[in-house]
Amino acid sequence: AVVSTQSGHYGRDENGPTIFRAVEETTDVVKDVLSNIQSKNPVPDKSVQDLKKRKLISSSVTKFYSVSKGEGFRTDIEKPEADLTADMLQDGTWKSKNFKDYNFTAKGAPVVGGCLHPLLKVRTEFRRIFLDMGFTEMPTNQFVENGFWNFDALFQPQQHPARDAHDTFFISDPQMTPKEAFPPGYLEKVIEVHEKGGYGSTGYNYDWKIEEAQKNILRTHTTAVSTRMLYKLGQQEKFVPTKLFSIDRVFRNETLDATHLAEFHQIEGLIADRNLSLGHLIGVLHAFFKKLGLEKLKFKPAYNPYTEPSMEIFSYHPGLKKWVEVGNSGIFRPEMLLPMGLPRDVNVIAWGLSLERPTMIKYGINNIRELIGPKVNLNMVQANPICRLDKN
Amino acid sequence: SSGINAEWPLRPGLTEDSYNSFILLQDKLHQNIGRERSLVSIGTHDLDTIQGPFKYHALPPPEIKFQPLNQDTVMTAPQMFDIFRKNYLKPYLQIIESSPVYPLITDVNGTVLSLPPVINGNHSKISLSTRNIFIEVTAKDRKKAGIVLDTICGAFSEYCTTPHTIEAVEIVQADGSTFSSPKMGSRIEEYDSAELCLKSGIKTATPEQLADLLTKMCLRASVAGEKLKVEIGPTRHDILHQCDVEEDIAIAYGYNNIPQVLPDLYTIAVEQDVNKLSDSVREELARCGFTEVLTFSLCSRDDVSVNLRIPEAVGGAVQISNPKTFEFQVVRTTLLPGMLKTASCNRNMPLPLKLFEVSDIVVKDTLTETGTKNYRYVCALFAGKTSGFEVVHGLLDRVMLMLDVKDYHIQQTSDPMFFPGRGADIILGTKKIGHLGILHPEVLEKFDVTLPCSVLEFNLDPFV
Repeated sequence: AVVSTQSGHYGRDENGPTIFRAVEETTDVVKDVLSNIQSKNPVPDKSVQDLKKRKLISSSVTKFYSVSKGEGFRTDIEKPEADLTADMLQDGTWKSKNFKDYNFTAKGAPVVGGCLHPLLKVRTEFRRIFLDMGFTEMPTNQFVENGFWNFDALFQPQQHPARDAHDTFFISDPQMTPKEAFPPGYLEKVIEVHEKGGYGSTGYNYDWKIEEAQKNILRTHTTAVSTRMLYKLGQQEKFVPTKLFSIDRVFRNETLDATHLAEFHQIEGLIADRNLSLGHLIGVLHAFFKKLGLEKLKFKPAYNPYTEPSMEIFSYHPGLKKWVEVGNSGIFRPEMLLPMGLPRDVNVIAWGLSLERPTMIKYGINNIRELIGPKVNLNMVQANPICRLDKN
Repeated sequence: SSGINAEWPLRPGLTEDSYNSFILLQDKLHQNIGRERSLVSIGTHDLDTIQGPFKYHALPPPEIKFQPLNQDTVMTAPQMFDIFRKNYLKPYLQIIESSPVYPLITDVNGTVLSLPPVINGNHSKISLSTRNIFIEVTAKDRKKAGIVLDTICGAFSEYCTTPHTIEAVEIVQADGSTFSSPKMGSRIEEYDSAELCLKSGIKTATPEQLADLLTKMCLRASVAGEKLKVEIGPTRHDILHQCDVEEDIAIAYGYNNIPQVLPDLYTIAVEQDVNKLSDSVREELARCGFTEVLTFSLCSRDDVSVNLRIPEAVGGAVQISNPKTFEFQVVRTTLLPGMLKTASCNRNMPLPLKLFEVSDIVVKDTLTETGTKNYRYVCALFAGKTSGFEVVHGLLDRVMLMLDVKDYHIQQTSDPMFFPGRGADIILGTKKIGHLGILHPEVLEKFDVTLPCSVLEFNLDPFV
């Protein structure tokens, strides 16, 4: 048997030591390829790759240019300009200078300026909506209220859970409002309607305590201000229908979480006029929420101690593609309005919502501490766009 | 009639569901109208394990001995209270703990039914095999006790063999007079049909339709000429006034079916001057390159006093009782704490930091109704590699120019809040309305601010 070498040129008898010639002629393939390369003849690419690998050949690239004088040919050196300057305009040299290409893909220089806070931009929009609809602003610059104007005058009973230390911030100093501060005739009427009823009501039949009314608290709603305004309205000689609104801070001593803080802003609107009904309330709400870009509204029964009927307002949010609660509303109870001296046929329709919730929904903020307080990212404040509530 | 299913009358006795529901109703009543048992407390018992007549009396705690619900042994009141101090019953102990005698309800054999408002006895415990239930309600408010009892009876008597059967109990009071309980009373009210649908805005309903709507809401109604006669039963203690009936009409009709109409009221809007001016000032400050912040009205006592190197200032602040944390101790008397905390939290912002806020502060004031008063303050802060005092000074001048005010000047002050020689009061006419200056390094340290800061703060009200 014959064993040959890899090249096939030599052979060896399997059993013996003798090596003999296996072919007559040998071809040195590598030498042939190298000769061809040297002679500038074409060679297969694979051979070239092999020889390169074996470092027998290397490739070098020679570039040739043919050069001729261009339009701007000059024998001195000139640096291209980055910008047009006042000097160039003065001496007319702008005509002969070369200007560098401008990088249109880069961003411009950041503008360093001041800006307004996102939540307050939304507040401005809501204020404008109310003013557009002819609502007069109530004076709400009074954070500390007493139990009388925050609860009792609204026919909210003294043993109601909302008057607990769980939900309300009580003030230790100054602790109480003096009794003399409450309008005397009106105070008696409020006590009467709570304890015994009257004005068509059975009342709550409990022992009303003046001390509870005197307790100072941080107001839990701006409805306390609305109550004071309605009392003033009821005390006037002649009843004049009115539309009022307010947007200001309220305080709740509740459990804090990602969407709840101890202080937030309440938006409130009310209309006092003869023979107003739920139909009017629904009509006004449609007009109000339309200005926020929300045209589809639904209403559900709700409960407030001082309104009856009461309605929760839901709207179809086109961005989130679901129904969300957007506010609370109702008609104030007669037990609240009649002791104030308002005529029997006057109804007061009212509604409220928080300022924070629509702001968080609009700007996609999940944690309220990113919107109010010291931890707010000032970059977010500066990058916050113009507030257009009706565009989603 | 409508809505009755094929299984009516329901199998008498309590099922697991109705038993759980029974317990849940008692919990809710305890929490809400019972004001966490401090006004009303309920005890329900297996009547077959006890024997009337029952006595509601009081004994000194060591003389009270029984096996409380879910405990294994008989123990005295002090012993069981020691156990309850460590579990969910703890909040109810304080309602009676300070009294020399505790209330007790026992049967004719001395078996303890309950120790209101804390715990029932294990002996009369209700189970799924209970066939007769005894309900006792103790309270500090008689009306609320009645409401609670009516509610429980109204809700659960339907499970009786003959549905809605309640056995009344005669109660003999301390003075010997008696009354029957529960009341389960109904009253008939008459309303003017035309008036009834005004508030709901349903103009097209006939009296018959109104009667129908009310009956659907379990307020049985019938037409009587121009009037509607409405029966208000013991489960409707929420009906205080005609408006409560009007709401039920609207609910039965469907709020979403009520036709909407706009009030034809012509009014011209008026803004509050202080708010209008505040908004204009805020815009001017933003135009000057300052960024608006919105911070909390509540803060710690130290934030308005010690941390600003003016310890005595805490006397003028409105104090909150029982704050949950330090952050809720007082209502702020200056906008500086919030401003400085914001600066501290935003260390990674490019310098200089230029912030402002226009918002209310509150101070004590003996001349007002509540003894407090809000003031609208303007505050600005500059923080950078250098203090920027001339910047906030320039800002003050700019704001005064925008307010069209010439009659002001600043005058050096030795207020400890400021770096020595770098603080000044702002005087309008002859009155101090604010101050500005470089903050003292100790103030910066207290608020964890590592850059020199200049601040400006003044009261906007004189300009309104």
